[in-house]
Parts: sequence; structure tokens; C-alpha cells
Amino acid sequence: MTYDLGVVRRYLPFLLNGIGITFRFTVVAFVLGAVLGLVVALGRIQRNPFMRLPCVWYTDFIRGTPLLAQIYLIHFGLPQVLGYKPVGWIDAMVALTINAGAYIAEIWRGAIESIDPGQMEAARSLGMTYSQAMRYVILPQSFKRAIPPLGNEFIALLKESCLVSVIGLEDLMMRANMMSGRSFRPFEAYFTVALIYLIMTLGFSRLVARLEGGLKRGRS
Amino acid sequence: MVEVRDLHKSFGDLEVLKGVNLDVKKGEVVVVIGPSGSGKSTMLRCINHLETPTKGHITIDGIRVDDPRTNINLVRQTVGMVFQHFNLFPHLTTLQNITLAPRKVLKMDANQAEEEGLALLAKVGLADKKDQYPDQLSGGQKQRVAIARALAMHPRLMLFDEPTSALDPEMIGEVLSVMKQLAIDGMTMIVVSHEMGFAREVADRVLFMDGGVFIEEAPPAEFFGNPKHERTKAFLSKVL
Ligand SMILES: Nc1ncnc2c1ncn2[C@@H]1O[C@H](COP(=O)(O)OP(=O)(O)O)[C@@H](O)[C@H]1O
Ligand SMILES: [Mg+2]
Repeated sequence: MTYDLGVVRRYLPFLLNGIGITFRFTVVAFVLGAVLGLVVALGRIQRNPFMRLPCVWYTDFIRGTPLLAQIYLIHFGLPQVLGYKPVGWIDAMVALTINAGAYIAEIWRGAIESIDPGQMEAARSLGMTYSQAMRYVILPQSFKRAIPPLGNEFIALLKESCLVSVIGLEDLMMRANMMSGRSFRPFEAYFTVALIYLIMTLGFSRLVARLEGGLKRGRS
Repeated sequence: MVEVRDLHKSFGDLEVLKGVNLDVKKGEVVVVIGPSGSGKSTMLRCINHLETPTKGHITIDGIRVDDPRTNINLVRQTVGMVFQHFNLFPHLTTLQNITLAPRKVLKMDANQAEEEGLALLAKVGLADKKDQYPDQLSGGQKQRVAIARALAMHPRLMLFDEPTSALDPEMIGEVLSVMKQLAIDGMTMIVVSHEMGFAREVADRVLFMDGGVFIEEAPPAEFFGNPKHERTKAFLSKVL
């Protein structure tokens, strides 16, 4: 077993060039997914079934099906019935965002439901509307509690984003495929790309841990 | 000022309130006592509609609280509530806890809200704690902030749900004295509490709740000196 450093050195800049796409997809899907997730979480905690049920169906469907199937559905499946023209990067972005939104919705919901019901009661007893109580009392506290699981979700998304390579986007993973094909050195290609993912996820885990530590020292 | 008529409240199959009647006049202080689980909290929570009554009427200042057409947020602006576990907002300083509702609900100007908030903190003896967060305060201090927070809305009625029962004994006095001052200032108050000293000294009437109804009511001297019902006697002999 050899790990040919020469090949690695030759292809490293080419591989690293994929970080940009991987990172952009991850960040955009995470941010849009966080907003979508918040809306869905707020819908899911309503008593009104017309607001709640669509949110339940959405999170259940997304969390119960593979991301790969979702990407194929949006890129190949739905264009057939809805008649839109498949565009790789848009479809990949939409699929990742919709996927992240479902997981993040459950994070927001967990955080909101972890807030003592007495907080809502105190806010309402002061004359606040439901929305005011949510906005000024419940959500600010929920955001802090959501930070650690959101950090984990970001890391998961960073890894899962490699699936956008299946519809031809030149992210890290796709570039590893290309490196493997051009150099005939699949081990160097896939082991190196795995190391690059590992370095990124470890880096983010440490960042999240530090953020968490900072929060624990600050106000709960 | 407050009229409760034939109030019933069930949770599923459990009927907690079984026909409560209560009249409280403006400026009156009534103290409600009774065994745990008898429905005291539920009754208070029906008065400001944190719970929806199953049956019966509640009127505050002529406004039907239980009428679905009533804007309950407007009613709650004038009814302050103090909880057993304080329920302060932990992400806000004491002053922010007090000014939040006046600013957002009454759209009060921030400077005026702060000015009034500081005056209220001074009134409850915590002027020096304005920038502290709730978790930096003792239980007694938290409850005094909670009272100030309710008063910031200029309520016409205050509801207290066992305000001192989560406190260490040495902190009970500071909260009761704030409440006593409030009573002296003429506030209408419904107080659920087992602080018999407070009831004797401050209450106009004491009511005994058991099994979801009031079974006895009297001015404090008579209530404690000469209780009529067996169950009242039994309860008093346990808590006194
Ligand atoms: N939200 C609720 N759901 C179901 N049961 C409740 C609820 N709130 C109160 N109860 C029940 O109602 C009864 C009366 O409670 P409560 O009004 O808190 O009594 P008290 O304040 O006199 O101790 C208790 O048996 C309690 O378990
Ligand atoms: Mg109670």
C-alpha cells in the first residue's frame, strides 16, 4: 500500500478549488434552511391543523427519505411533470435547502419547546399577543439553545453537500472523482478528499464547542 | 370590580372547578387559601384567561373575560399576575424585564418606560439591581422584580399565585412587605397564599377553597378565630 505524495501534491490545488463550491452550497443551504426551518417550526407548534399538518408532512417526508433521492427528484423527476428546465446548481441548492430546512425545523422546535411554558404565560399575562411573546420572549431564548445543535447540523450539511456531485457540480467530491479518473490513483484521490472533509469538520466542531463554552459562561 | 359566576373548569374528565362564585370590590384584598390541588391556581388563571373556563362567567370592570369577542390582550394589560416561580425573562436584565411590556404593548417611549421602570425598582427596593440578570438575584429579589414588572402595566387588579411559597423563609418577609404596601396604596388584589400573618393583617376577606368550590369566607379575624366548616377547621389546624 502506497500513498503517492507526488500525485497528491500535483492534484491538491485542483481538489482544493472545489472547497469554494462545497462551502458556498453548505452556507447558503444552511442560512436559507434556517429561515425555512424557523417558519416550519412555528407552523408545527400551532394548534390549527391547516398550519401544522403541512409542516409535519414536510419534515416527515424529508427526514424519512434519502437526500440523494430528493436531489434526483428535483433534478430529474419533477421537471418531467412540472415542465421546468433542470439547472444543476439551482436544483442542488434547492434540494439541499429543503433538506436542511426539515432538520433545522426540528432543531428550532426542540429549542422552542424546551422553554418553560411559564415564560409564555408571563408574557401573555402582561398583555402581549402570541406573536409579541414569541418574538420578544420565547425566540431570543430559543436561539441560544439552538446554537449547539445548529452547529452539528452545519457539519452534517457540509458532508452531505458532497451529493451535489451526482448532478455534475464541481464540488470537492466531484473533483476527487475527476482526480481519480485522470490520475488512475483512486486511493490518493478519495483518501485525500476524505482528509480535507475531516479537517473542515473538525475545525467547525471546535468552533461550535468554543461558541457553546462561551454561551455557558454567559447568560443562559 | 371582579365578578365570577358559577365558574366551572375541567381538564378532560377531571373537573377542577365546580361552580366558583367570587366578588371582589375595587380596592379590596382577598386572600384565598385551601389544600393543594383544590383549584386555586386554576381559578386565578381563568380570571386572566390563561385557562378557558368550561362554563360560567367572569367579568372584570364590566368586561366579560370569557366572551370570545373580548380582546383578551386588552384585559390582561390591566390585570397583573405574579407567579409562584417568578417566570422572569432570563435573557433580559431586571430593568428590561420591567420595560418590555410597556414598550411593546403600550408602545411607551423607551425613556419614559425606563424612568417608570427605575421608579418601580426603587419602590420594591432594588434600584441598584437594574442591570443584573434574573439568575444573579435571590428568590426574594426575583419575586419583587416580578411584582414590579406586573405593576409597570399600571394594572387595576393584581393576581398573586402563591408568591412566597417557592422562597426560603428569610426572603418571604421582603416580598410580603411589598405586597402589603401595594394593598395600602389601594390596589385590588386576589392573593392565593398560605401566609396567615399576611392574611390576618392585610386581607379584607379570607376565602377557603376545597374540591373546586369556596366553602367558607369571612373577614380574617372571624375566619381564623371562629371557622365554621369542619374542613376549614381541619385545614387551619394543619397549617397554623
Ligand atoms: N393544565 C392542566 N391539565 C390537567 N390537569 C390540570 C392542569 N392544571 C391543573 N390541573 C389539575 O387541576 C387540579 C387543581 O390544580 P390547581 O388549580 O393547580 O390547584 P391548587 O393551585 O389549588 O393547588 C390538580 O389536580 C391539577 O393536577
Ligand atoms: Mg396552585
